[in-house]
Amino acid sequence: MQLAVWTYEGPPHVGAMRVATAMEGVHYLLHAPQGDTYADLLFTMIERRNKRPPVTYTTFQARDLGKDTAQLFQDAARDALERFRPQAMLVGASCTAELIQDDPAGLAENMQLPCPVVPLELPSYQRKENWGAAETFYQMVRHLADTEVEPRRGDVALVNILGPTALGFRHRDDVREIRALLDTLGIEVNLVAPLGASPADIARIGAADFNIVLYPETGEEAARWLERTFGQPAIRTVPIGVGATRQFIHEVAELAGVDPQPALDDDTSRMPWWSRSVDSTYLTGKRVFIFGDATHAVAAARVASEELGFEVCGLGCYNREFAREVRAAAKVYGFEPLITDDHLAVEEAIAAAQPELVLGTQMERHIAKRLGLPCAVISSPVHVQDFPARHSPQMGFEGANVIFDTWVHPLVMGLEEHLLTMFREDFEFADEAGASHLHAHAPQHRAPVVSSEVETGEDAPGRGLSTTLETNGDAGLWTDEAERELKKIPFFVRGKARRNTELFAANEGRARIDLDTLYDAKAHYAR
Amino acid sequence: MTGALPLPEAGTDCAPVLRERGQREVFCGLTGIVWLHRKMQDAFFLVVGSRTCAHLLQSAAGVMIFAEPRFATAIIEERDLAGMADCHEELDRVVDRLLERRPEIATLFLVGSCPSEVIKLDLAKAAERLGAKHAGSTRILNYSGSGIETTFTEGEDACLASLVPAMPVEPADAAPSLLLVGSLPDIVEDQFLRLFAQLGIESVGCLPARAAADLPAVGPNTRVLLAQPFLGETLRALQDRGATHCCAPFPFGAEGTTAWLKAAADAFGVDEMHFNRTVAPGRERAKRALEHQRERLAGKRISFLPDSQLEVPLARFLAAECGMAPVEVGTPYLHRAILADELPQLPANTRLSEGQDVDRQLDRVRADRPDLTVCGLGLANPLEAEGLSTKWAIELVFSPIHGFDQAGDLAELFARPLRRRDVLEV
Repeated sequence: MQLAVWTYEGPPHVGAMRVATAMEGVHYLLHAPQGDTYADLLFTMIERRNKRPPVTYTTFQARDLGKDTAQLFQDAARDALERFRPQAMLVGASCTAELIQDDPAGLAENMQLPCPVVPLELPSYQRKENWGAAETFYQMVRHLADTEVEPRRGDVALVNILGPTALGFRHRDDVREIRALLDTLGIEVNLVAPLGASPADIARIGAADFNIVLYPETGEEAARWLERTFGQPAIRTVPIGVGATRQFIHEVAELAGVDPQPALDDDTSRMPWWSRSVDSTYLTGKRVFIFGDATHAVAAARVASEELGFEVCGLGCYNREFAREVRAAAKVYGFEPLITDDHLAVEEAIAAAQPELVLGTQMERHIAKRLGLPCAVISSPVHVQDFPARHSPQMGFEGANVIFDTWVHPLVMGLEEHLLTMFREDFEFADEAGASHLHAHAPQHRAPVVSSEVETGEDAPGRGLSTTLETNGDAGLWTDEAERELKKIPFFVRGKARRNTELFAANEGRARIDLDTLYDAKAHYAR
Repeated sequence: MTGALPLPEAGTDCAPVLRERGQREVFCGLTGIVWLHRKMQDAFFLVVGSRTCAHLLQSAAGVMIFAEPRFATAIIEERDLAGMADCHEELDRVVDRLLERRPEIATLFLVGSCPSEVIKLDLAKAAERLGAKHAGSTRILNYSGSGIETTFTEGEDACLASLVPAMPVEPADAAPSLLLVGSLPDIVEDQFLRLFAQLGIESVGCLPARAAADLPAVGPNTRVLLAQPFLGETLRALQDRGATHCCAPFPFGAEGTTAWLKAAADAFGVDEMHFNRTVAPGRERAKRALEHQRERLAGKRISFLPDSQLEVPLARFLAAECGMAPVEVGTPYLHRAILADELPQLPANTRLSEGQDVDRQLDRVRADRPDLTVCGLGLANPLEAEGLSTKWAIELVFSPIHGFDQAGDLAELFARPLRRRDVLEV
């Protein structure tokens, strides 16, 4: 048994729901107890869909157990078929139904339903949501693809876009970006799946010349089968960030045999100039901690280091299936990645790394809030505000624009950073005031000047970052004088200064940190 | 599977009840933890279940998850099922670790789920074993919040029923005491306690108490007044310990609250004049507050989809005090004895339904086209998209709605979606 408060991922049948809900003309019959319908509201509330997810739950209750749950399943199948008239049905069990062993696949097969039935085996006690989505999509493709169809190989290349689902982080807008990009290159889209595809569309999936795997978490399994079955190669570069987008364009253009230049010339790409403008100089070397699903985390690390000039100080993912990709990426930055689905472990790692910016999921947003750190969201799971009304892709050149704004916004602005350093004795710029444009820290009006003796009181409440990070250190290590000096350093770089100094002291074998150690360390790390 | 059966006790209320089964779009009893843990500040709720259970709790609890919540899930894994790990040993390990980290927990509820019920993990035995081990510091109880046995608010019923055996015995010669049952927001509970004090009812206990450690006593001199309609099991457990039920309508609106207080006052022989004087100010305030909303609500047709068992009392309130016309009132479970004072007050042509076949029920909603449909969040936006105004039901469980001083707020909850519909120009 595993003790859990937060889970980064739901059970695998929620992944199956993400595929069913993304598609048209599909109905999912889920053998599940009363109560499992809670998952509907992820789609109707978080993603604000205007239709119920196409899922019928058998909703068995205690009194049904042992006798007629199988009958219940078959009745529900008949009712759903009659009412929704789907082109194809998915049948499967949720975690509880898995235990009662009614065998939805066999039951559905015996009924000889007049539409294709795709049975799902989703081991709820081993696997999770992303795996469930990938497996469901793969099974859909495997059962419904017409293997007689052959790649078109016409003058104009034809591609499939694989991976976008319901409840996917910015999937809606990413697809729009990628479609526009392919348009520019004169490449035709055979289908986007699962998002918006019908079983009839899936039947023709073999007609494409190649596949684009936008989200490996949900699309890779199907892409591999398509590679084997139809000989369709797959593009696996995820076009998040300017560099990755350019690479993606080159790869796509090469496979399609077209000139990449029209897409590369896209002048809506403002991110490179924004990042080069002198206003962004202060972003150089800002320490950033990155956590999310593997795809978004790896892509974010590249953007952070190559396109914004940040220093990646932590990288990790919660989906073990893609741990290898994250390990490979982390090697570049020279540290071990964090592969865990335990949010407490993530919180510990963040506190230890003392970053200046956290990029993560909804959980990291809460962790960062608790630690008083700036944060931006880069990956699922996300709350309702990250299914925005406005166009906000992560992919392509517009995605890079969105990323620049989203990540820089929570940081203290450059000019403000200087003001904080120069006028730090003024009460408006005291630690407690925080950054003026961050509403998480409303300025508190306090008595203006505080003598450094009084300031050493560690128990002052509500000090956000400074309190949290400073209590991480070994209190006995620092002399009082050095500790006071440290407090003269602005709060948003103080964590880094403390960490560097302690590292320096450890390397030098110094048992105490006094003023000299502090300034020796400063000289050592001077850039 | 569908059929209209006549009510057994014709005469008290003679409406036929539509009983359906099929797909039920309802929460399971685990959801009760979300508000119960706020009420009982020294209790912790450990669900023994699957990732689905944990996912449900985090979806229902939203951002509350981060305020060091007093609930968690022990997620059953493959090795627990394959018999490679002894489930009881595993559970002991998880509980020990939890109590080590959170020594302030005075009561730990082991909460059963569908998976734990189906694999027949004996949580009662586990609670007994762990209770003996942690005796003196933590009381360990168990109940089931599984979907196969409980619907939404029934989780609170199961939880409170599990507390009843732990309640102290009231001395045989004790003066009559009042026991207020059902978790209410603190502010509402305080209002009621003030009113009981003014009425001269001196000994009043609450179940649940704010600290699960301070359970009120129970015995033959206890009069039970239910503040919520979904407490059938708890009532039976209290009656088994000799307590008597004061049957009353539920305290929604000016009239509902008056009648509810009157039932207690009568049980304690409170003088009629004194009663009227005491409740008059609150009752008048409630009526004044309702006047504002009545204008918007009167004549509007409303349907309830089953959710919390609050549907019947709320439909009665909206009909009697706001002039609304209930079309269909659906409830997950119709507890006749508890609703005995409510059912006869529903307008005669109200369609009562118990249980659910959600697609058929939605067909009826589409055919009826009520002005307002009370339903869960899985249905609300899809119905709005079809042009039907909705009021999402969960809010009625989370908001203070009982008593005189919340009557206006309660009506406002129903008036707001209608007002919003009228205000929006896009």
